[in-house]
Amino acid sequence: MARSVSPVIPGFNLTLGYTLVYLSLIVLIPLAGMLVYAAQLSWQDFYRIISTPQVVSALKLSFGAALVAALVNGFIGTLLAWVIVRYRFPGRKIIDALIDLPFALPTAVAGIALTTLYAPKGLLGQYASDLGIKVAFTPFGIVLALTFVTLPFVVRTIQPVLEDIPRELEEAATCLGANSFQVLCHVLIPALLPAWLTGFTLAFARAVGEYGSVIFIAGNMPGKTEILPFLIMVKLDQYDYLGATAIGVMMLVVSFVFLLLINLLQRYLIKH
Amino acid sequence: MSTLVLSTTRQRNLGALTLIGCAWLVFVLFLVLPLYVVLSEAIQQGYASFFTAVLEPDAIAALKLTLIAVGISVPLNVMFGVAAAWCVSKYEFRGKSLLVTLIDLPFSVSPIIAGLVYILLFGAQGFFGDWLAEHDIQIIFAIPGIVLATLFVTVPFVARELIPLMQQQGTQEEEAARLLGASGWQMFWHVTLPNIRWGLTYGVVLCTARALGEFGAVSVVSGHIRGFTNTLPLHVEILYNEYNHVAAFSVATILLVMALLMLILKQWAQERLEK
Repeated sequence: MARSVSPVIPGFNLTLGYTLVYLSLIVLIPLAGMLVYAAQLSWQDFYRIISTPQVVSALKLSFGAALVAALVNGFIGTLLAWVIVRYRFPGRKIIDALIDLPFALPTAVAGIALTTLYAPKGLLGQYASDLGIKVAFTPFGIVLALTFVTLPFVVRTIQPVLEDIPRELEEAATCLGANSFQVLCHVLIPALLPAWLTGFTLAFARAVGEYGSVIFIAGNMPGKTEILPFLIMVKLDQYDYLGATAIGVMMLVVSFVFLLLINLLQRYLIKH
Repeated sequence: MSTLVLSTTRQRNLGALTLIGCAWLVFVLFLVLPLYVVLSEAIQQGYASFFTAVLEPDAIAALKLTLIAVGISVPLNVMFGVAAAWCVSKYEFRGKSLLVTLIDLPFSVSPIIAGLVYILLFGAQGFFGDWLAEHDIQIIFAIPGIVLATLFVTVPFVARELIPLMQQQGTQEEEAARLLGASGWQMFWHVTLPNIRWGLTYGVVLCTARALGEFGAVSVVSGHIRGFTNTLPLHVEILYNEYNHVAAFSVATILLVMALLMLILKQWAQERLEK
C-alpha cells in the first residue's frame, strides 16, 4: 500500500492492523455476513418479500416520517442554534446543555415518556384531544418521537459554523447596502447550508433506523403505524430469518441511495 | 456595536425576543416536559413504591448486566478509537478516507440491524449456529451477544472525537519527543495522551451514554429473559408493557439520572477541551 510514513513515529503497523482487525470483526464481517445470508434468496424471492403491502407501508412510513422529522428539526434546530449563538438571555446555558439530552437519554425512556406525555389523558395529549388531534398510535406521534430523538443533530452541526462566521462579513454586506433579508440570503444561508445539510442527513439517517423511542408511541399496527425496524423484529420473533434479512438489506440499500442523493446535492450546492 | 448596524434597535429587539421566546417554547415542550413526565410518573404512588421497583431483584440484575455491557464495550472501543485516530492522524496512506467512512458505518445502520447481523452469525439458524451448539457456547440470548451488540453501535464514538482532534494536533510534538530519545510508549504516554485527554474524556462520555441506553440492538439479541438477559432499558420496556407504569418510570429514573450525569460530564469535558 502506497504510503508516506513518518520514519520517526512508530506504531503504524500496530495501529492500522489493530484498527482493521477490530473493525472487521465487530462491524464489517457481520454486515457482510448479512449480505451473504440474503444471497440465499433468488431475486424473485427477495422481491416477493419486500413487495408485500405490509413491508411497503412500513417502508413509506419509516422514510416518510424520518424525512418530516429531519425537516422539522432542520427548522427548529436552526432556530435554537441561532438563538444560542447570537443572543444572551437568562437560561441560555441550560438550554445549550440540555440540547444533548436526546443523545444521552436511553431511547426506551424517551419512548415511554413521550407516549405518556401525548396519551389522550397525558400532559400535552389532553390539549391535543380537546382540539380533536390524535397523537399516540398515529404517524403524527411517530414524527414527534423522531423529532425529539434527532433534535441535537442540526443544532450541533450548525452551531460551530454559526459561531465562526465573522461578524465583519455581515457588517460589510450591510455597509454595501444589503437589508437584513439580503444579508440572510446571500451571506448567512450560503455559509450555513453545507452544515445544515450535514445535520439534516445525520438526523434523517438516525430517524430511519430509530426503534426504541418510536415503538411505544406508535402502536405498531401493521399497514398503519408499523415502522421498518419493528417489522424486522416481528420477522425475527417468527424465526423468519430470511424475511428479516431481506427487509434489512432493502433498508440499507434505500438508506444508502438517499444518503448518496443528499451527498450529491451537497456537492452541487457547494459548487454553485 | 456591530448589532446596531443590522437594523433599528427596536425592530431587532422585538425580533430577538420572538426568537428567544420560540426557542424557550421548543425547549420546554421538547426537552423539559419529557423529563418531568418520567419523574412525576415515577413517584406517583409515593417514594416507597419507587424504591421497591428500583431495588427489586430483576431490576438489580438488569442494572448489573447494563454495567457489565458498558464496562466491557467502552474500554474496548476506547482502545480502538485511540488506535484508529493514531493511524489516521499521524500517517498518510491510501484508503484513509475509506477507513474513516467505514468507521462511521454503525451510525447509519439501524440498531435493529446491528442485532440482526449477530443473530445471523451466531443464532441457531446462523452461520456458526451448529458449531456453537456442539461446543455448548451461548452467544445469542446470553451476555456475550449483548456485549457484542453494544460494541457494534458504540464503535465510532471515541474514534470520531479523537480523529479531528489528533489531526489538528499534528505530528510535531511526537516527532520532537522521539528525536529527543523517547521510546514509542514514552512518547505516547507523556506527549500524546495529555494532549488528547479532554477529547478522549468527551468521547468516553458519549460512548458510555450510548452504551447505557442502547435498546434496539440489545433487544434483538437478548431473548428478554427476566433476571438474566435484560439490560436496564429492556427491563423498563417489560415493566411498561405489563402496564406497571410506576415501576417502569421508577427504573427509567435511574437511567435518566445516569443520562443527566453524562450530560454534566460532557459539558465539563467540553469546556476543558475548548480552552
